[in-house]
Amino acid sequence: MIEHVVLRVIAKLLAPFIVLFALYVQFHGDFGPGGGFQAGVIFASAFILYALIYGVENARQIAPPAVAQAAIGLGVLIYAGTGVASMLLGGKYLDYSLLAHDAGHGQHYGILIVEFGVGVTVAAVMITVFFTFAGRRGVLEAREDVATTEDDEDR
Amino acid sequence: MGEHLPILQVILPLIAAPVCLLVRHAATCWLIATLVSWFCLAIAILLLLQVLDGGAIRYQLGNWVAPWGIEYVVDRLNGFILVIVAAIGAVVAPYALRSVESELPERQIGLFYVMYLLCLAGLLGITITGDAFNVFVFLEISSLSSYALISMGRHRKALHAAYQYLVMGTIGATFFLIGVGLLYMMTGTLNMADLAEQLKPLAGSRIVHAAFGFIVVGMGLKLAVFPLHLWLPNAYAHAPSAVSVFLAGTATKVSLYVVLRFIFTVFGFEFSFVGQPLGPALLVLAVAGIVVCSLVAIYQDNVKRLLAWSSVAQIGYMLLGLSFATTLGLQAGLLHIFNHAIIKAGLFLAMGCVFLRLGSCRLDAIAGVGRQMPWTMMGFLLCGLSLIGVPPTAGFVSKWYLVLAALEKGWWPVAALIVLTSLLAVVYVWKVVEAAWFRDPPGTAGRIGEAPLVMLVPLWIAVGANLWFGLETSGNVDVAKAAAAALMGAVQ
Repeated sequence: MIEHVVLRVIAKLLAPFIVLFALYVQFHGDFGPGGGFQAGVIFASAFILYALIYGVENARQIAPPAVAQAAIGLGVLIYAGTGVASMLLGGKYLDYSLLAHDAGHGQHYGILIVEFGVGVTVAAVMITVFFTFAGRRGVLEAREDVATTEDDEDR
Repeated sequence: MGEHLPILQVILPLIAAPVCLLVRHAATCWLIATLVSWFCLAIAILLLLQVLDGGAIRYQLGNWVAPWGIEYVVDRLNGFILVIVAAIGAVVAPYALRSVESELPERQIGLFYVMYLLCLAGLLGITITGDAFNVFVFLEISSLSSYALISMGRHRKALHAAYQYLVMGTIGATFFLIGVGLLYMMTGTLNMADLAEQLKPLAGSRIVHAAFGFIVVGMGLKLAVFPLHLWLPNAYAHAPSAVSVFLAGTATKVSLYVVLRFIFTVFGFEFSFVGQPLGPALLVLAVAGIVVCSLVAIYQDNVKRLLAWSSVAQIGYMLLGLSFATTLGLQAGLLHIFNHAIIKAGLFLAMGCVFLRLGSCRLDAIAGVGRQMPWTMMGFLLCGLSLIGVPPTAGFVSKWYLVLAALEKGWWPVAALIVLTSLLAVVYVWKVVEAAWFRDPPGTAGRIGEAPLVMLVPLWIAVGANLWFGLETSGNVDVAKAAAAALMGAVQ
């Protein structure tokens, strides 16, 4: 769809705002509607929009599949690591109260960090799922025989 | 550290999984998975010893007090199941090294261990949690990872089998969730102990009855109760060998645990067995499952499929024990959960060794393999005897208690049926033994060697367990007795 000038310009204009809105939903999730899941999906949708207009190959250069896959694991580790941290500080698993000087702040930081982990994983999963289906030359599976023809279709 | 054991049981594999995803190097992932599996077994054993000495262990996640927060509860029943699951995991993990290497493409091996660890975490989580919704979350973790594991099978049919399981499993999980949702609607709580309290005055409610139906049928799908078992033979037959071992030893057992937990702890004995005809219903399904699936198993020509059908039949024995609705019957059922886990794990371990050397588990392909792989097939034969229920083996002990429980109720025909259907097991085990030892190998076959030691040792650990628990029965029988008494005692 790269030949449509309107789509091209609008997509480029919208992408940063989508990411910004995702970050808002992410970090405002503890006060209002939102949180990691929603933010992760919105964040990924910026990449998906870009891939739809500019082609999967270009999008892959911005979000390399290897990075996206690593981020899937990283998000879970952030979440679980927060729990382990509170355990090491002498509390129960995921007891955020111990993460700061007082319980209120601790709970606040805890949920922020955990939700950030959720956001990272959800965004990475969405991007990986999209690339896997859209590319057909799966991220996990590099089948050279079909690669060339499908690259042409993407452009 | 001791107080954190319940949570470590689950988060150890749960954290190891993303670590493996980041590492991706096959041998490193295997090492991580194996060490974590062994740690899990150690934790499970420590927990069981602790609950056998004292009362139940409770652990509040995030320090939120019980009915509001999620709590993990270990008592005699799930302590016992935790040990079964962790033990099978600890045996499968080292075995997987060579088996997976030969059956999966290089780039998938790292991911295999990620999925295996997630599946282990899910199954342990289902067992340990004391929160009804948390059961569903872990159920999904274990199910989704097992769909992926099954689809990794070498044959393309594995994809179809995984898809079939995905559809059936999702329906089961949805039913379970609807049931939990209805309970939440009626009581406003998800904590199992709290649910049990709140449900007592609601026994007459139609919605609670509907919830009971949804939960039992939903878990029945995951458990492969006789008419809901159609996903199981394909899934076990086409999955990679290590996955067949792991799932055969753990997945259905954990589902049965959930059924027991809901029937006895949440809904209560009165509601389940006196208020409605659960006993007779289970009896009919169990008997039908035992007879039909044993007969179908006889006509299979792929040994893994044969074992899978036999698994459905064996689930019937466990349900039979449950349907007696007596302490002795329940004890027999629990004992059979344990014994069947080690029996079927042993049989599938042996078939994995055969598959490594022959690339097939068909009866005509394994002809004469007994002479070329004597240790493997000897292990198969001993586990097979245990499956039939020949005296110095574990299988005999659980059948013995089942017969005792049937006689205690005065159900002579059922006792006779248990003995008669064991003869059907003789037929299908004999088919394999006959092919392996008494037939000549196909002319095209070259000389094949014995399976590598790293696979034989896990197999013979399982064989050894079958013989050990057949002779020295005080350990597992007492635990099963204590768990059964606790379940029945908690409600009478």
